[in-house]
Amino acid sequence: MATVPSPTPAGPRTRRRARKLTRRDKVVLSVMVAIPALLHIALVWVPTFGSIALSFSRWEGVGGFDTIQWIKTLNYRQIFTIYPPFWPAVQHNLIWLGFLFLATGFGLFLAVQLDKQLRFTRFYQSVIFLPVMLSLAIVGFIWRLVYSHDDGLLNNLLGTHVDWLGNSRINLWAALVASGWRHVGYIMIIYLAGLKALDPSLREAAAIDGANEWQSFRRVVFPALKPINVVVLVITAIEALRAFDLVYVINKGTNGLELLSVLVTNNIVGEASRIGFGSALAVVLLVISLAFIIPYLVVYFRGSFAGRGAR
Amino acid sequence: MTRSSRSPTARPAATGTPVVNRRDLLKLFGVTAGAVTLPELLAACGSGKSGGGGSSTNKVVSVGSNASDAVPKQAYVDVFAKAKAATGLDIQVNTVDHNTFQQQINSYLQGTPQDVFFWFAGNRMNFFAQKGLATPISDVWEKIGGNFTPALKAASTGTDGQQYFVPFYYYPWAVFYRKSVFEQHGYQPAKTWDEYVALLKQQQKDGLTPLAMADEGGWPVMGTFDYINMRTNGYQFHIDLMNGKESWTDPRVKTTFDHWAEILPYHDLQGGLARKWEEAAATLAQKKSAMFLLGMFVGQQFQGKDKEDLDFFAFPEINPQFGQDSVEAPIDGFMLSRKLKNEDGAKKLLEYMAGTEAVETYLKSDPNNIAANTKADTSSYNSLQKKAVELIGSAQHISQFLDRDSRPDFVSTVMIPSLQQFIKNPKDTGSLLSSIEKQKQSIFVG
Repeated sequence: MATVPSPTPAGPRTRRRARKLTRRDKVVLSVMVAIPALLHIALVWVPTFGSIALSFSRWEGVGGFDTIQWIKTLNYRQIFTIYPPFWPAVQHNLIWLGFLFLATGFGLFLAVQLDKQLRFTRFYQSVIFLPVMLSLAIVGFIWRLVYSHDDGLLNNLLGTHVDWLGNSRINLWAALVASGWRHVGYIMIIYLAGLKALDPSLREAAAIDGANEWQSFRRVVFPALKPINVVVLVITAIEALRAFDLVYVINKGTNGLELLSVLVTNNIVGEASRIGFGSALAVVLLVISLAFIIPYLVVYFRGSFAGRGAR
Repeated sequence: MTRSSRSPTARPAATGTPVVNRRDLLKLFGVTAGAVTLPELLAACGSGKSGGGGSSTNKVVSVGSNASDAVPKQAYVDVFAKAKAATGLDIQVNTVDHNTFQQQINSYLQGTPQDVFFWFAGNRMNFFAQKGLATPISDVWEKIGGNFTPALKAASTGTDGQQYFVPFYYYPWAVFYRKSVFEQHGYQPAKTWDEYVALLKQQQKDGLTPLAMADEGGWPVMGTFDYINMRTNGYQFHIDLMNGKESWTDPRVKTTFDHWAEILPYHDLQGGLARKWEEAAATLAQKKSAMFLLGMFVGQQFQGKDKEDLDFFAFPEINPQFGQDSVEAPIDGFMLSRKLKNEDGAKKLLEYMAGTEAVETYLKSDPNNIAANTKADTSSYNSLQKKAVELIGSAQHISQFLDRDSRPDFVSTVMIPSLQQFIKNPKDTGSLLSSIEKQKQSIFVG
């Protein structure tokens, strides 16, 4: 380690150094790049492409590779035509996404309020952040107790007999409330950190220019939070697409709580797995995820390269 | 975070922002693509520590158990202690959580499983037997065959005619009720469908919920389907339907669902789909519900005097041609994995488990089942157990339960959502059944 050149200097100096690297440096550097690269390939790309390949097959997961039948796009055709839970699952994922964006907005609202030197602000922060420290599976158990039809908290408090988790028209929203309950705290803490880091002179300048609170937020503070907004956007999209634990705890993701991630699991993990069919579902989920991630990466890299070029 | 990413000296890769995103990306890939590798990972984990050190002495027999619940687990400790004394074998038991065991059975059996493993009779046994993941034990059955009825032997036999399974105990499904409730209102157990419907109507009039209902996990309502189908169309049609040989668009299946739709309104539908069977059993215990179609394990929710108040009757006759000739009674027992480290020892253990001492020891601690061995001592049975023996003894056919009689992938990905769909909308069975049939054809291919 001692021989490795210190990585801190940036810009032109690094480039000049690169020519002076000794053979040993090169070996050390290549090993240091190769190990993470190999791990990355083995743990991310091999499973991904394996999954894509298997999605064109029929395989019960028993026996060697010679037992895999290749059936072209049959799995996809079946998913889109005769697999009833698929379209509801896509719809639920989209509703989930939309709802989490609402929750994100609420998280931002809370962050802005808590940023205003309120009394007991730390206490409020802790309370709102508390659910984030629980795993979604635990959140599921907690809300099961709240929503239970016969002896749940909610029905007992309200004196109603609403079938919160069993009625397929309601249970998605019940699950979303539970999910949002946790998501709000997460988003709040991220925005709060961003707001605290914001230069106070920005707001002062806006106030001197005569902006009211809303104008100062909309025209000055919110644009200054742009990097955080991008992170939050991606986090929200990813949270919505990977939503799984909560509905799985509630009813294994059936009866109105179908989600793509659950369909993948139900088909692949289990006694007699439909590896090919489940892989095809996983690929569909992957494509949807990429639709969110690629634009982000494009924007991000364009931004960072442009930024460097300007300097 | 904001500051560091803007600072000129820091590189993008070292700032907070991209790290968070990369990790989330990884997680995302883990969810999507990584799911494929899960079975292999599980297979790797499934290799228990029991394999070591057995070959030289040849006394060690390893056992993979799914009896993780407190009562059965303790009962098996007693059983294996006695087995050790009787056979001289060194029995090493590895107990895995019941549901986990079931979830990973596929990869477990392909990895390095224990010699003897706990499993279920019927299609669930046959599926793995025909995949070559189990060792046939027809030679063992030559010795133990006298202990079991022909129906039990049939349930232990694979489609290739060989035996793969040693039955240990079973528990019948029936319509459970409280004697005191029936006495109070003067109800009589129903023998026929008409009597059954009349009974349901009367109970509703008397302010009771006629039938308790649970469907958390998707399996409890399967018992209702199985019984109505077997009573309407007979055991053979039911099993052929389960094995994909009959069509779900057959008018006979439609008749089954029509019958079900007729009694569906008498179920505790409000909250039913999300309710656990324990909660539904509680409504029976509290005398809110009059009856509950479930397995005999419903007795676990009744204690002391309440337990003596619990009774059942066989599901009523629908079609006189079939009467009440079939009973749904899932059988639990043991199988041998494919690569045995100690074949003689494992078979010796199976012979012992097929004897009377093992199951008598077991039922002493867990009396919510009945012995599969017909020679086992029944004098210590409680009245419910005795009645269950009669019920099964009178049956010509024993079915295993929908999720044990059919392909597991078909049941979990098609039947569970379809039956829920039916319960939510019992009117539109036509399109539901053609949807099931289309999906069935996509699964029952190999």
